[in-house]
Amino acid sequence: MTEPKADMQDDKIRCDACPVMCYIKPGLTGACDRYANMDGELVRVDPHVILHRTLEQGGAVVPFSKTADWDGKLLPDAEAFVTAVGAGTTYPDYKPAPFIIASEVDGVDMVTVVTEGIFSYCGVKVKIDTDRHLGAERSLIKVQGSAVGHVTTSEYGSQMLSLGGVHHLTGSGKKEGRVTCETLLDLCNGKPVELTIEDGATVVVQAGKAPIVNGAPEERMRVGCGSATIGMFAKQWQGKVDEVVVVDDHITGVLSEHQAGKLLGIAETGIRMRGRRSTPGRYFQVAEPGTGWGGTDISDPLTILDPFDPATARPGQSLLMVSTTGEHFAYYRLDETLRPVEQELPPALQESVERIRENCEPALSTVLFVGGAGGSLRAGVTENPVRLTRSVKDALTYVTCGGAPVYVWPGGGITFMVDVTRVPENAFGYVPTPALVAPIEFTLRLSDYAALGGHMDHVRRVASIANGEAQRRLLHRRDNPWPLSRPGAPE
Amino acid sequence: MRARPQIALLEGGRLHLQDGPIDLVIGASGAAPAVRCAYRAAAERMETILDALCAELPLLRSPVEPGLCPMHGTVARRMHCAVAPYAAAHFITPMAAVAGAVADEVLGAMLGVAALDRAYVNNGGDIALHLGPGVAFTIGMVDDPERPGLFGNVRIAAGDGAGGVATSGWRGRSFSLGIADAVTVLARTAAEADAAATIVANAVDLPGHPAVLRVPARDLQPDSDLGERSVTRAVGRLDRHEIDIALAAGMVCAERLVAGGLILGAALHLQGVTETAGIVPRLTLPVAA
Repeated sequence: MTEPKADMQDDKIRCDACPVMCYIKPGLTGACDRYANMDGELVRVDPHVILHRTLEQGGAVVPFSKTADWDGKLLPDAEAFVTAVGAGTTYPDYKPAPFIIASEVDGVDMVTVVTEGIFSYCGVKVKIDTDRHLGAERSLIKVQGSAVGHVTTSEYGSQMLSLGGVHHLTGSGKKEGRVTCETLLDLCNGKPVELTIEDGATVVVQAGKAPIVNGAPEERMRVGCGSATIGMFAKQWQGKVDEVVVVDDHITGVLSEHQAGKLLGIAETGIRMRGRRSTPGRYFQVAEPGTGWGGTDISDPLTILDPFDPATARPGQSLLMVSTTGEHFAYYRLDETLRPVEQELPPALQESVERIRENCEPALSTVLFVGGAGGSLRAGVTENPVRLTRSVKDALTYVTCGGAPVYVWPGGGITFMVDVTRVPENAFGYVPTPALVAPIEFTLRLSDYAALGGHMDHVRRVASIANGEAQRRLLHRRDNPWPLSRPGAPE
Repeated sequence: MRARPQIALLEGGRLHLQDGPIDLVIGASGAAPAVRCAYRAAAERMETILDALCAELPLLRSPVEPGLCPMHGTVARRMHCAVAPYAAAHFITPMAAVAGAVADEVLGAMLGVAALDRAYVNNGGDIALHLGPGVAFTIGMVDDPERPGLFGNVRIAAGDGAGGVATSGWRGRSFSLGIADAVTVLARTAAEADAAATIVANAVDLPGHPAVLRVPARDLQPDSDLGERSVTRAVGRLDRHEIDIALAAGMVCAERLVAGGLILGAALHLQGVTETAGIVPRLTLPVAA
């Protein structure tokens, strides 16, 4: 194709790439979004085609405009967002933040206060997708023999660990503090860490990777609890088997007694379960927690059954027992004395076991860093620190961690959580205090910054740091929102 | 000399056609020879669409006079007919229906040469649909093209009479006078859906609200059909009461269009709140299993 020409007409240019012949103002695109006026020159930006091509190739999608060689006037966003990674800190606290960066975003002056925070009050929450029992709630978690945290409450079919915090970091001796700090640092920077749970399992945890429990990589998380599994698959079992027990450490499900079985008209089988009945067809505590079937300690599922009720059960009756991941399963028929005898799983049921497996999501360990910027760090941002807190709560100031979105916990202070896999590589550091150093950026309107007592004499333009200072330029991650264009913040 | 339209087969058997601002992703199912034949017809039809539109561009960028259709090209006429019902009460130019009309035209060319079970022509989110007997489409709705996340699904079956879906809002590629993140409309044709989505999205508004940044369209695109009219460029955080007021204004408009038979249904989305009209079912929030 021939290169389109641009006819200059005052500051706009006329694109002749297609017969629409758009006039394009500096910094804007034509009707197609493919051609733009960059400082009076017609350039092709073509986001659609690039995106298509990369997607079709199965490669990573490169955001066309967020690259280092683009001056950033095309999109409503300013193109360069300076993160706090490697910026340095405000210590001893009264110093203004190392970088207070102003950028113009669609005619509105925005300022981003960039600093690294020293967090001696911080920790990580780890979610491990496994129904295997890792350890009792409140059990200590150790690394190299030092306590670094504990097993906390489980909120779903995953195990939750709470690591770090001020008590382990600074409250319990030098070695424990150092080991805790190293553990948090490695987890936050995406490195694997081996955790030993008191009276429980040894788990290798790495953010965004499958957990390794007692040496075996976990493949999938359970499809749901035993009761949910009955509900999901009841229809597929109907007519193919008389009874199904889904073994689960939390709630074991029994098809013929469960509401799903009742609604389908599945006949009673005379099955008698051990454990504590919750509601019909749902049983708690059929066994002890463990690393066997469905997160229990059993290897022979028949141990959770009492003898069948002879008034209802009949010889020849079939029984499928399966775990919530489909990883364990066994098929039985009742003999003349109503004892279950194991037989080969019929193909029709194999499919349903496969289906359970297929519906389990890949098991991951995920790591959230939790830190509070409620204290002295705020002084580096403003001379009146509490105003920064209020401004964050009022959503006038947008907080990011290395450019990654954070969740700011309601209530006092600026306590935030961030998924460490969304933060640039090796963004976290430490000081021997011991404490973690994490990037944190506050983005707000320049006028709002002045109003909350910002260090206005330290504000510098984004262009002024373009050269001369050591920099690592990274592509913006497409799954992170662009920090300078928040809903609620002017774009 | 200008670039010819781009033609490419995408993964999954879809066809990609692009010419200037027209960007179509086309899918069809049916017998393999029929699909091939339909794709060839789509590519051939694409050859002249943009040139024909540009020949009438000044007229297409002017407000419509009720009752009069001075256009010559078939796409231009589709555009005119789609916006004409709104001309008496609103400022609207045929450009409000350009994306949908192009989609309808290309779908028409395909169906003219081949019997297809199911087909769609997606022109940057404005979609012309063909549904054979017993066939259905599920369409996911997105409120922010920069950060795609589904806020709901609409299922369209053959008997619904919906031949077009279009979405308008200030975040989209076209300008909006309103503040809706997205208004998705189902109508008989994509052109009708396109025009109606523009009208309803314009109606979702809080006139004079300080959190809404508006800029004259001319400042952004000197030859925009909207001229000096202010288009929405940013919407700050609104409280629930304000969201409800803005959506209610849009709903009055949407319900009127449903009652008048101009559209089949609509979903209006503003800062996390969705209202629906007509055959679009009330959206249920995803429930954790």
